[in-house]
Amino acid sequence: MGGGTGNFLRALAASKGGLIGAVLLLAFVLLTAAAPLLPVPGPTQSNLRARLQPPTLSLTEIGAHPLGTDNIGRDMLSRILHGGQLTLAVGAAAVVLGGVVGVLLGIVAGYRGGMWDRVLMRLVDIQLAFPLMLLALIIAAALGPSVRNLIIVLALTSWTRYARIVRGQTLAVREREFVQSARAIAASPWRIMTRHILPNVMTPALVVATLELARVIILEAALSFLGLGVQPPWPSWGRMLAEGRTYMASAWWIAAFPGLAIMLTVLSVNLLGDWLRDYFDPKLK
Amino acid sequence: MSGILDVSGLTVRFDTPAGTVHAVNDVSYSLADGETLGVVGESGSGKSVHVLAMLGLIARPPGRIAGGSVTFGGRDLLTLSEAELRDVRGGQIGFVFQDPMTSLNPVLTVGRQIAEPVIRHRGLSPRQAWQRAAELLDLVGIADPERRLRQYPHQFSGGMRQRVMIAIAVACNPKLLIADEPTTALDVTVQAQILGLVRDLKARMGMSVIWITHDMGVVAGLADTVQVMYGGRIVERGPVRAIFKDPRNAYTWGLLRALPDHGQRVQRRLHQIEGQPPDLYAPPKGDPFAPRNPFATPRCFEQIPPLVPAAGAVPGHLVAAWYDLPRLLAQRGDAR
Amino acid sequence: MIRFLLGRLGESALAVLGVVTIVFIVTRLLGDPAILMLPVGATPEQLASFRAELGIDRPLVVQYADFLWNAVRGDFGRSFQHNRPAIEVVAERMPATLELASSAIALGLLIGGGAGMIAAMNRGTALEVFVMLLALLGQATPVFWLGLMLILFFAVDLGWFPTGGAGTFWHLALPALTLATFTSASIARLLRSSVIDVLREDYVRTARAKGLLPRTVMVWHIARNALIPVATMVGILAGELLGGSVITETVFAWPGVGRVIIQAIEVKDFPVVQAGIMMIAVTFVSINFLVDLLYGVLDPRIRLR
Ligand SMILES: Nc1ncnc2c1ncn2[C@@H]1O[C@H](COP(=O)(O)OP(=O)(O)OP(=O)(O)O)[C@@H](O)[C@H]1O
Ligand SMILES: [Mg+2]
Repeated sequence: MGGGTGNFLRALAASKGGLIGAVLLLAFVLLTAAAPLLPVPGPTQSNLRARLQPPTLSLTEIGAHPLGTDNIGRDMLSRILHGGQLTLAVGAAAVVLGGVVGVLLGIVAGYRGGMWDRVLMRLVDIQLAFPLMLLALIIAAALGPSVRNLIIVLALTSWTRYARIVRGQTLAVREREFVQSARAIAASPWRIMTRHILPNVMTPALVVATLELARVIILEAALSFLGLGVQPPWPSWGRMLAEGRTYMASAWWIAAFPGLAIMLTVLSVNLLGDWLRDYFDPKLK
Repeated sequence: MSGILDVSGLTVRFDTPAGTVHAVNDVSYSLADGETLGVVGESGSGKSVHVLAMLGLIARPPGRIAGGSVTFGGRDLLTLSEAELRDVRGGQIGFVFQDPMTSLNPVLTVGRQIAEPVIRHRGLSPRQAWQRAAELLDLVGIADPERRLRQYPHQFSGGMRQRVMIAIAVACNPKLLIADEPTTALDVTVQAQILGLVRDLKARMGMSVIWITHDMGVVAGLADTVQVMYGGRIVERGPVRAIFKDPRNAYTWGLLRALPDHGQRVQRRLHQIEGQPPDLYAPPKGDPFAPRNPFATPRCFEQIPPLVPAAGAVPGHLVAAWYDLPRLLAQRGDAR
Repeated sequence: MIRFLLGRLGESALAVLGVVTIVFIVTRLLGDPAILMLPVGATPEQLASFRAELGIDRPLVVQYADFLWNAVRGDFGRSFQHNRPAIEVVAERMPATLELASSAIALGLLIGGGAGMIAAMNRGTALEVFVMLLALLGQATPVFWLGLMLILFFAVDLGWFPTGGAGTFWHLALPALTLATFTSASIARLLRSSVIDVLREDYVRTARAKGLLPRTVMVWHIARNALIPVATMVGILAGELLGGSVITETVFAWPGVGRVIIQAIEVKDFPVVQAGIMMIAVTFVSINFLVDLLYGVLDPRIRLR
C-alpha cells in the first residue's frame, strides 16, 4: 500500500464510482444497523386494518408508511431495513467464511506446491464446472433451509475465487527475499505462511471479498426467493419479493422496493469493488 | 530545395492533463528522390511523433498539429482529409515499426496481412493479391512463401516477422519507406541481415527512405544524410561523412564520442550523455541542450539557435548552435 | 489441432466426473439419502427398506462406483411424483431450457457486443457514460426482480406480452430479455475494456499505416482481437445464465428443467432434482467445451501451439 491510509482515502475521494459506492454502502450499513432504533414499526408487526397501503410522501402523519404496507399490514420500510440487516450480515458472514477457507487453501497450494497444489486446484476447477446457482440449490435442498445453512452454502460457492487468486499471489511472494531469508533460518512452514505470506495476500483477498459480496447478496436473495433461504416471518429481500408476487397487479410496491434495495446495494458494492481492484491491482480482472 | 518530401515548420503538441507536451518544434527538411535519411536522437526527442504526425497516425486528441506543412507528391499532407491520407498511407508511403513481435495482428495469417494493402491500394482481387504476397515474401527472403503465407505471426521468428513487416511496407511500391527503429528489437546478426535487405530493396525499387534509429553505426552504414534531433528540434543535419568527421553541435559530438572509431561500422547504442532530457512540458527559452552542454555560452540559455549552414563546412551541413564547436574543441586540445 | 481437441475432451470428461462426484457427496454425506429420496411422510419401515435397497450399509467406495455407473446410464431413480424414471421427466423439459438459454446468449451477445463497441468507440462522451451506467445497473439487477417488473409493465399493465408459459415468440421475449440482462451487461463491460486495450496495440497502428478503411480496421484488427477475452467469458457467463434460467423459468412459468427442479425440491422428489442438476451441469460442461473450441478458432496461438 505504500503511502498508507491517507493516500488510499484521497484516491477514493478523487474517484467517481469508488466514492459513490463507498458512501452508498456505508449509508446502507448504518441505516440497517440502526433499524431497531428508528421510529418504525417492528418488521413482523402486522396491522390488518392497514393492509396493502400504497407508499406515501406524507411523512408527518402519525403511523404513516412511507413505502406502504404488505398484505398483512406490515410496514415495508421497516421490513426492508431489517431485511437488509440480515442480507448484509449473511453476505458478510459467507464472504468471510469462504474467504478464510479460500485464503488458507490458496496459501497452502501456492506455498507447498506439488501434490497439494495439484489436488486443490483440480478441486477448484471441478467446482467451477458446476454452475454456482445449481451447487447452491442442491446443497440448500440437501441441508434444508436455515440461516446457518444458507451461510455455508454461500461460502461454499465462494472459496474457489479466493483460492485461485491467493495461490497466484503466494507463488509470487514465495520467491521474494524476506521469505527466502526466513527459510534460510529454518523457520517452520506454518510460521512462514502465517507471518510472511498471509499479510501479503490480504489485499487481493480483500478485493475478491468485495466483489464476492455483491455476488453472494444476489445469490442469497435468489435462494430466499425460491424458498430455500431465510424462512418467514423474518424478512429477507428475496423472500419479500416472492411474497409480493401474488399482489403484484394491485400492490406493485411489495415486490418493487425489495428489488430496488438489492439492486442499489449490489450496485454500491460493485462500484467499490471495481475501484478497489483497479486501485490495488488491475491484473486481478 | 525541392524533393520528394518537403517538411516545413512542422510543430506537434500533445494536450495532456499534466500540460502541453511540445513534442515536435518547427521541424523543416527536405528529402531528395532516392535519398536515405537517418534520423537519430535520444528517447523522447520527437523522432517517431514527427513522422507519425505527417500521416495522421498520432491520436487526436491528445495530439494536435500546431503548424507547418508537409509537401508530398505536390500536396500538403497536413491539409488532406482522412480519406485522402488513407490513399497515401501504405500506398505511396510504407511504414515499418520498431517491434515486430507486436506490430503484426496475431490472429490473421501473414498472407492476409500482406495482401490487405495490395487489395486496398492496387485493387487486386484477393487471389491476385495472394499471389503478389507470395512474390513479396520471396522478395524479402523468406523461403517457401506459399506455405508461409498461410501461417500466423507467432510461427515466425522476430527477424522473419520484421521481414514480413517490410514486405507489407513495400507491397505497393511506395515512393517513400519510413522505418521507425526497425532493428532495435532484434539481435545483432539479424539486424545486419535486415539492413542488407533494405539496402537491396531500395536499390531495386528506387524509393527514398527515412530511417529512425538510436544506432550511429546503422546510420553510418545506410544513410546518405544524417539528421540529429533533440527536444523535438533538428539540431544538426548534413551528409553522413560530414557529420561523422566534423560535428558542429555539442550534442552530436557527444553521441559520436561513444563510437570508438567512427570510420568503422560498429554496432553500438547511443552514448548516454550526462543530465536530464529537456522538459517538454515547459521548454526552456534557450537552446534545450544548454543545461547539459559543457560548451554552452550565456547566449545558449537566452535564445534558441536557428538551423543554418555551418560556417566553413560542406554544402548541406546545417547546425543549430551559438558556439563554434571546432574552435572550442581545438582550445580544449582534444579535437579529433 | 487433434491434440488440442483431445485435451479439451479429456478435461470435459473430468469435469463431468467432478460434477457427479459433487452430487454424490452432497446427497450421500450431507443428509440421509433415504429421507431425501423418499416423499415426505414415509414410514420408518419404508425408510429402512429403502436404505437397504440403496445399499447405504455398503462401503462408500462401492456406493460411489454404483452411483457413477448409474449416472453414466442416466439412471437417477424414479420420480415418485410422476411415477417414471427421473431422467425422462427432465429430458423432455430440456428443449425448452435450451431454447431459452440460447436465445438469451444470442441476445446477450448482440446487446452486450453492440453496447460495448459503442462505449469503446465513443470514449469520454456522455454516450459512453450512459451505456456504462446501464451496464452497471444490469449487473446489479436481480434476475427474478427484473422478470417480475417486466411482467408487471409489459404483460399486466400494457398487455403486450403473455405473463408466462411457452409456445410462441411472444412467450419467449420477456424471459429471454430477463435472462440476457446480466450477460449483456457483463459482455458490454468486458468488450469495452478489451477494445480499449486493443486500440493501444501496435498492430492496430500497423493496420492504419497500411491505409486500410476504418471498417476493415474495426472488424478485422480491433473487433477480431477484442472478442477473444469475450469468448472466454461466455463460458463463465453460461454458468450464470443456466443458474439464472432456474429462476427465470420459475418466474415466467417456463416449462424447462429449472422449473422442474424447483418444483421437485418443494415436494422432495430428489431423483428429479439430481437428474435435473446433472443435466444442466453436463450442458454447462458441453458449452464450455464448445467455447474452448471457439477460442481455438478465434486464436491461432492456442490452436497451433
Ligand atoms: N500520445 C501521447 N501523449 C502525450 N505525449 C506523447 C504522446 N505520444 C508521444 N508523446 C511525447 O512526445 C515526445 C516525443 O515522442 P517520440 O515517440 O517521438 O520520441 P522518440 O524520439 O521516437 O523516442 P524513442 O526513441 O523512445 O522512440 C515524448 O516526450 C513523448 O512523451
Ligand atoms: Mg520512437
